[in-house]
Amino acid sequence: MKNVLAVAFLILGMLATGPLAAAGDGPPLGLPPVPIPDDNPMTPEKIALGDKLFHDTRFSTTGEVSCATCHEKEKAFTDSPLKTSEGIDKLTGTRNAPTVLNAAYMTSQFWDGRSPSLEDQALHPFTNPVEMGLKNHQPILDIVRSDPEYVAAFEQVFGIEGREATMDEVTKAIAAFERTQVYGNSPFDRYYYLNDTRALTEQQVRGLDIFINQGRCVSCHVIEQTQALFTDNRFHNIGVGINDIQGDIPELAHAFLEADYTLEEVDVQVLGDARTSELGRFAVVRAFNDIGAFKTPTLRNIDLTAPYMHDGSIATLREVVEHYNNGGVTNEGDPVNDFLGGGIRPLDLSEEQIDDLVAFMEALTSDELQPPAGNQEVTQ
Amino acid sequence: MSSRSTISRRRFLKAAGMAAGAGLLPVSSVRLSFADEKKDFTFAYISDAHIQHIRGTKFVRNWDRGLIRAVAETNLMVPEPDFVMFGGDLAQLGTKPELDHGAEMLSKLKHKTYCVMGEHDYYLDLGEHWSKLFGPQYYSFDHKGVHFVVLNSILTFDEWTHERWPSAEQRMLEMAGLDNPNGSPFMVGEKQRDWLKQDLAAVPTTTPVVVFSHSPIQKIYKGWNFWTEDAEEVQALLKPYASATVLYGHVHQIQYSQIGNIAFQSVMATAWPWPYPESYAHAEMDWPVMTVPMNRADPFFERDATGWQTVDLMKGRTGLNYTLYNNTARTVKFCTKTGRPRDVSYQDESARIPPQMHY
Repeated sequence: MKNVLAVAFLILGMLATGPLAAAGDGPPLGLPPVPIPDDNPMTPEKIALGDKLFHDTRFSTTGEVSCATCHEKEKAFTDSPLKTSEGIDKLTGTRNAPTVLNAAYMTSQFWDGRSPSLEDQALHPFTNPVEMGLKNHQPILDIVRSDPEYVAAFEQVFGIEGREATMDEVTKAIAAFERTQVYGNSPFDRYYYLNDTRALTEQQVRGLDIFINQGRCVSCHVIEQTQALFTDNRFHNIGVGINDIQGDIPELAHAFLEADYTLEEVDVQVLGDARTSELGRFAVVRAFNDIGAFKTPTLRNIDLTAPYMHDGSIATLREVVEHYNNGGVTNEGDPVNDFLGGGIRPLDLSEEQIDDLVAFMEALTSDELQPPAGNQEVTQ
Repeated sequence: MSSRSTISRRRFLKAAGMAAGAGLLPVSSVRLSFADEKKDFTFAYISDAHIQHIRGTKFVRNWDRGLIRAVAETNLMVPEPDFVMFGGDLAQLGTKPELDHGAEMLSKLKHKTYCVMGEHDYYLDLGEHWSKLFGPQYYSFDHKGVHFVVLNSILTFDEWTHERWPSAEQRMLEMAGLDNPNGSPFMVGEKQRDWLKQDLAAVPTTTPVVVFSHSPIQKIYKGWNFWTEDAEEVQALLKPYASATVLYGHVHQIQYSQIGNIAFQSVMATAWPWPYPESYAHAEMDWPVMTVPMNRADPFFERDATGWQTVDLMKGRTGLNYTLYNNTARTVKFCTKTGRPRDVSYQDESARIPPQMHY
């Protein structure tokens, strides 16, 4: 049964010529159907509008920054190789741009999950002082209500008069575009779901075994019987970032426990201050359980999105594996943080096993995104 | 736009709640709660760390991490706890390295810390090193109108303790085992009961009394020593009190019950969870219906089904707030209406979580 389904998906995948078709006709190999909210159905016109909005630099104070500045298609929708993203006037935030690829499957958005949906997420970078810097969303509305192309598009897509467009429609269009960026169909998928034993090298097969067993990776980067999102959509303190501010945690945590910040204030605080950023999910939910915890990212196409972790602090996949192998510290022997997640412990992997794991992660790149696009010129 | 509307809704609700509170409460009860507020307080309760020595400077990492995390989180509490109680079984096999290592971790607590003796701390050297570190094995103190008693409830028959075993190490191991026919039931003992009688003689029966023990001062399941042999005699000493509570460790799970005037509540372990015992020795026991059977559903996640707790003292009655890692927090507090502790979320049948029966 599994194979029948998988073959069906493969055929659909071959028929599909691009991400748009993939979203419309069926999910790529190894991925489930994309969840589409009832109030934001997908249409080709809406997706095209979202694409245009996503790339419009006029929605920033300098007229130079768009969503695509940090989520560039040619860089697997990140700003690789930047560690943390650059907004207006080269201001830098505190976090590594997460890829838009397969973000449609995430049950919360941002590294700390402070946004419940792609629609909501799209609101915040516009007004964050270190991202697009707008005081409020009015300048965006002024443009989409007067630019003839937008007026026509909003009328066609949403059936509203041009002057009636609101951020609700703007974010719905952007989210619809983002939901088309779903990519499975990697060598791993062909090996695992189509029983194509030649899809992976021997080393990658060994890496998969380590991924599932001794490496314990699969406990958070989930692989299931019929699909693999490579995330559990949960938050874990894995000893990145938080390790460097251990002495400051009482002061930083108390600031959040004592003040009743709104989510917008949280947005500004965590992107504006590097130390506060390291509180992770705690800054959103204020539960001790989530101190220094960040969302499990998908590992699909991970080879294309260096550097790694929420702060871009680890340059290579090999160093990422070493971090886990050390039990949650990047440099062996450094102190473990007091709030380290219960799943993180030394793994006792050999150098060869670490290489095998890295090789396996390189097999998670979707065929459509090969070869790695990291160093190509921006061609949009 | 959803976050905007959420925020404004939250602000609106908050403002509305404050207005309603100020408008609806009769002046007398505002005064009353103000008067009581001075006596209400919170302390933290950490228990059953089971620090285990491997060799040299190596200790079992999992147990270390549990205690380190509980201590670090306790230090972040806002408002701060009035004191911290450690509920026993700091060590696994009662050795100096284990007790010293555990004491070092506990020393990071910013607050006054009290300790209870556990059987894993005791049966190697009969509490000698523990007493050097933490002082008397049973004592009492008063705090904001509540009389607190700490008992060493894990003693047993003299013959078992002093005459049966060829070595202290074997004695320790025999007492550490579950379902061990060579084990022996815990007891408070006559000497301590006499002391307790004298101690309570000076405490008016209107004063709330809270007893800390390692084992439950009740008889739940003998095979695992969820048991105190002279429980009834200790309970009799507490009987005159209008408000009496026993808080205990040892069981590594959430339990609560009411026997006569005495409320019983257990605390979680930082080390590992125990399952609920299959059967109970006393059919006539007034034991609550188990509502949320606990197991370690997630073998990957080492903190699963472990935790620590804060204890709110409200008018002398306890409310335990359990911090359960990656699980829904639970609060079990004394319900004045039913006269027994009650889980605020899961007591109603409709709110219960079905147990996981397959894996």
